[in-house]
Amino acid sequence: MPTLDLRDIAKRFGQTAALAGVDLSLKEGEVHALIGENGAGKSTLMNVISGGVRQDRGLMLLRGMPYSPADPLDARKNGIALIHQELSLAAHLSVAENIMMGVEDPRFGWFDRKEIERRADRLLSNFEHSNIRPDALVGKLSPAAQQVVEICRALAANAKIVLMDEPTSSLQRDDVKNLFSLIKKLSADGISIIYISHFLEEVREIADSFTVLRDGKSVSTGKITDVTDSFLIGQMVGRSVDNLYPKRNPYSGESETVLEVNDLSLPPALHSATFKLERGEIFGIAGLMGAGRTEMARAIFGIDKPNSGTVTVKGRTMIASGGKPALRLLQGIGYLSEDRKGEGLTLKLSIADNITITRYGACSRFGWLDQAKQRSLSSELMQTLDVRAKSSEQPVQTLSGGNQQKVAIARLLHQEADVLLLDEPTRGIDIGSKAVIYETIAELAGRGKAIMLISSYLPELFGMCDRLAVMTRGRLSTARAIGEWTPELVLKSAINSDANNTNGH
Amino acid sequence: MDIDVSQAMDVELRETFLRKWLNVLGPFLGLIAVIVLFALITGSPEKYLSLFNIRIVLSQTVIVAISAIGMTVVIISGGIDLAVGSTIALAGVVTALSINAGLDPIVAVAAGTAVGGLVGFVNGSIISGLRVVPFIATLGMLGIARGTAKLASGQQPIDVTPTWINNLVVTFPDPPWLLLAPGIWIAVILAVGMALVLRNTVFGRRVFAIGSNEAAARACGISTDKLKIWIYSLAGLFFGIAGVMQMSRLRQGDPTVAAGTELDVIAAVVIGGGSLSGGQGTILGSMIGALIMAFLRNGCQQMGWANYIQEIIIGAIIITAVAIDRIRSPKI
Repeated sequence: MPTLDLRDIAKRFGQTAALAGVDLSLKEGEVHALIGENGAGKSTLMNVISGGVRQDRGLMLLRGMPYSPADPLDARKNGIALIHQELSLAAHLSVAENIMMGVEDPRFGWFDRKEIERRADRLLSNFEHSNIRPDALVGKLSPAAQQVVEICRALAANAKIVLMDEPTSSLQRDDVKNLFSLIKKLSADGISIIYISHFLEEVREIADSFTVLRDGKSVSTGKITDVTDSFLIGQMVGRSVDNLYPKRNPYSGESETVLEVNDLSLPPALHSATFKLERGEIFGIAGLMGAGRTEMARAIFGIDKPNSGTVTVKGRTMIASGGKPALRLLQGIGYLSEDRKGEGLTLKLSIADNITITRYGACSRFGWLDQAKQRSLSSELMQTLDVRAKSSEQPVQTLSGGNQQKVAIARLLHQEADVLLLDEPTRGIDIGSKAVIYETIAELAGRGKAIMLISSYLPELFGMCDRLAVMTRGRLSTARAIGEWTPELVLKSAINSDANNTNGH
Repeated sequence: MDIDVSQAMDVELRETFLRKWLNVLGPFLGLIAVIVLFALITGSPEKYLSLFNIRIVLSQTVIVAISAIGMTVVIISGGIDLAVGSTIALAGVVTALSINAGLDPIVAVAAGTAVGGLVGFVNGSIISGLRVVPFIATLGMLGIARGTAKLASGQQPIDVTPTWINNLVVTFPDPPWLLLAPGIWIAVILAVGMALVLRNTVFGRRVFAIGSNEAAARACGISTDKLKIWIYSLAGLFFGIAGVMQMSRLRQGDPTVAAGTELDVIAAVVIGGGSLSGGQGTILGSMIGALIMAFLRNGCQQMGWANYIQEIIIGAIIITAVAIDRIRSPKI
């Protein structure tokens, strides 16, 4: 008998059918991958199971008994725990308080701090993170450590079923490995896991079985070892994606070095970065998370003040610390933040506002905004990038992650930037959106734009870039043509000087 | 690598420990600075720091301090209550009416307190049930409670038959061995009690949780709606007690009293380290915040400075306190 059995689950939000008939059968102790493009309904399904949302139609059976949670607490009592994609912890509280939140088990309402910390410590000791202290403030922990706290919180409620929504999106390589060994441990203890991810490699490594969601329906299910990646991708997008990375049309115009960065540093994250960027090229920056790539982009764009170094834009050299975002925008540099929701988009504003915000001049006269023009400019770009939305007036927060990212890229197009600093432009978005963004990037390069592409995803770098450099512990390697790199070399380079540095202590 | 991590961890722990103390120490140093400053510039420290003057200052603080206890809970939870002044007036009127109706004084006190709790309950219900943001819900209640107070009192201050209630916040307590007015001791007991509740009860930790990350709290099965109703009701009880104190001070139930007190109360919490974005604040800090303002007012009065000077100084202090906090506190 399956631990959890979903039959024909459906849910509407207003006009949109988020779920339109999902069947899923979860066995005890199995890791079940839930795969699908963004907007396919994975998150809604998780919310239905975990009591956040009630389905309109369909039946859930928990260990053979009808199950319909009234609220998240009810789900938790039934042994179901949801681990959110965006970590949901209380930063002001301690590790122990976060872990035991909701299940404090008080004596007459009295909060026994020692007991809580002891119980939290016992849960934490399951992990190879003995340095996470129960009394530490959660706000001061790294994302990986915070995730461990979240997982402990799920276990604190004696979860029998753990739902993980893209758990690796904020983790580094080592931590992913730890997470996986942890998941295996949970499943060996008989705990079932529904695992949502975009990374098929990950899914293959960790999952026993899979279900593919498309447009709110479960379209395919089975054992993961029985199917190929291209089959899964085909099921996700409803068509086969043979070549994700587009063919490039080389730039035929005059060559020009549009951006030159010399010995940029912003300790402790960034120690030294030197490179040149030419029109028509895509320059990849590889490296581990936390190696200083984002800090470099931010320093170039003038968001953070570098300690030393110079930045030359189209032949004009300046001390790097003199840069400001407003100046960089004027110079024709565009920046795509890796933190789409935090500092990329203004989520409550409309798509049109978000697209035109960096260059309102194009649709205003003497400070007076021409809204019709703003709408038409935005709609054009939305079409180019295939942004799926009802209108350009829609708030950005109502869009799926992939469509939000397209809006962020549309903004760079509207800005008509010559130099694009793209930080993880495809992280956490669906394959369909990825394909559109790759095509856009390739097309921009063909038109003579210069592109710096920061990515943690090697196939993407190898599929897109002309040249590549690796950032390691704040030091950027020499750039080399992509043909001179192999994935192994990149990884070795990213990790090698890591070891050197440790030896140097 | 491992060593690095654990060392960093130790530094972090030491930092948070230090920071915890700085959070309380900062306002405390501010209080000392205010006292020392006025002791010096009034030219007669022995007068400014005399038991007599301290009694005056403390009894002037009672109403704001008791209200600030309730407000601290609300602010930690990420909310705000603007109806404090009106609730105080309403509670005072109800207490006065109860006394004059011949009820036992203790029943009258209970009635005044309960009315405060009821107003808070309504606030919480509006916020949770109707999904009106706290600022607006309590802004509305500011008018409703004030109007109700005027309605109940016939728009006239209600003089009360003297009872022991009138002696709660007198400058010279009876019996004298109390040293300070009973109301001051009540405030101290309430403050200590609430500090313990915040620190050591599940309710208290949930107040922090909801203020720090409401979505997380809800996902953990905390009924945030019910919790908010509790929080505003509890805060209302404190405003009710403050209303009784107010009535005691004036020896009448005045429906127009305490207009704008909510701003003093919020200022006390904020000066004491409370964060309007929630998740942060201490009772001790708020009490010190209330004292800073009281000593400032008193000092300005002794200097013979006009009211508007006090207003300017207190305004500047609020901004300074929060600015210092911004510089000092980590970005969480």
